[in-house]
Amino acid sequence: MNPGRTLATAGRVLTQVRHDPRTIALLLVVPSLLIGLLAWIFADTEVFNTIGPAMIALFPFIVMFLITSITTLRERRTGTLERLLSMPLGRGDLIMGYTLAFGLLAILQSAIAVGFAVWVCGLEIAGSIWLLLLVAVADAVLGTTLGLLASAFANTEFQVVQFMPALVFPQILLGGIFLARDQLPDVLREISDWLPLSHAIDALQAVAADSQDAAWIGGELLILLAWIVGAIVLGSITLRRRTP
Amino acid sequence: MSESPASSQSPEAFGASEAPQTNGAQPRVRGRLRGHSGAAILVDDLRVKRGKRAVLHGLSLSVPRGGVVGLLGPSGCGKSTLMRAIVGVQKLQSGTVTVLGRSAGTASLRHRVGYVTQQASIYDDLTVRQNLRYFRAVLGASASDVDRVLDATDLGDHASAMAGSLSGGERSRVSLAGALLGSPELLVLDEPTVGLDPVLRVDLWSLFHRLAEEGTTLLVSSHVMDEATRCDRLLLMRDGELLADDTPDGLLAQTGATDTESAFLTLIQRHPSSAEGGLE
Repeated sequence: MNPGRTLATAGRVLTQVRHDPRTIALLLVVPSLLIGLLAWIFADTEVFNTIGPAMIALFPFIVMFLITSITTLRERRTGTLERLLSMPLGRGDLIMGYTLAFGLLAILQSAIAVGFAVWVCGLEIAGSIWLLLLVAVADAVLGTTLGLLASAFANTEFQVVQFMPALVFPQILLGGIFLARDQLPDVLREISDWLPLSHAIDALQAVAADSQDAAWIGGELLILLAWIVGAIVLGSITLRRRTP
Repeated sequence: MSESPASSQSPEAFGASEAPQTNGAQPRVRGRLRGHSGAAILVDDLRVKRGKRAVLHGLSLSVPRGGVVGLLGPSGCGKSTLMRAIVGVQKLQSGTVTVLGRSAGTASLRHRVGYVTQQASIYDDLTVRQNLRYFRAVLGASASDVDRVLDATDLGDHASAMAGSLSGGERSRVSLAGALLGSPELLVLDEPTVGLDPVLRVDLWSLFHRLAEEGTTLLVSSHVMDEATRCDRLLLMRDGELLADDTPDGLLAQTGATDTESAFLTLIQRHPSSAEGGLE
């Protein structure tokens, strides 16, 4: 790995995105619109305040997962990946470059989603809004790194899109949005304890309700961070220079 | 030979072809190429499978340093697979590939070998200059190198155009420009002249010979036989096997043919396993 090459890769990915204003608009606006829609649906109830924090975790996570996995698959398909792998670019440089570039977009996207949820939709946050943003960003970056990892196992666009329901939906179902995690059957509860999205949602709900101290939130953040690092490392290892 | 400006601009590269077609021509070229230290590429008993199909079955060859070596053969004969093996992105079944004295794909070789895939491997959503700037940064070449390769590939006018908006030929030139960055010692070019305007093709071949004179080794694949005469040496491949490794004139002398196409046919007929199939 080499910082210059990592940054050059991140810069290149951001320049590519910059040339595509529609993607930027969708990327930044869609999660907020969905949160707004949800707030509207539950306008006359208290539901939005319970599931609102979870939605801040959910939409950026999904969007970043999809965008990252498709972008890197495209790199594989157009032959640029083969070219880069014959050049002195470390596999970590590529993965980290993508993580940095999309991580930056994730920060913007999460900031807009959090701001929209709190100031426009009236989501009540009892705890620190900065802590809320921090968890949301970690969660979106996690979506990015899982997307990178998933694309390593996909050879076609069809496959990579199928990874969304395969890897992301179970995390949504078990994450405590549909049924609080402590009411899940024991086995599912155990499984959900291991899934990163569960911890992201727990942390966001805890910040919103101010029900836990900063140290507990920090612990949840560490779990997310471990998943992020794990996905980056695994993504670098599974990226092969020599292919059949 | 006379229609090739390369031969008039760089007579040295075609030293062999200007001599009469005698045995004397061959040692002269070999001697010149051997003047550099060791072989640029050494392939020994290389076997490669892609999917379930065996593409290369025990291929051995050697490419001397300096000069333009043409890798010719019909599409599907294993040219691209061999090139992938040389740049170190192909999984091998068995055998060895040595490039510039090191095992192919070694980290230190990635600065010294330039590779152009058959399909233009560039980012369509970046401008030409942005593409080259990124590849330059990855290679760690000097910043002025971008303008040098833009100039060499005659892309100066398109520098700020989006790569995706260019024609196929222009895109493949951007891809080639990327491989010239950092002045690698070995250039592996997979069908770089396909679909190009004839004038441009001639320009590219003179660029190749200019690079060869500066000491670069170029391995250029093509399925168009008439490009053979522009090479210093030829490797003729068919069905994953090497049919000939000779100079263009040596090949004609050896087969008694008047052009490369018929020389190739003669070689196929001589080959033991030539019972089936035509060229394409």
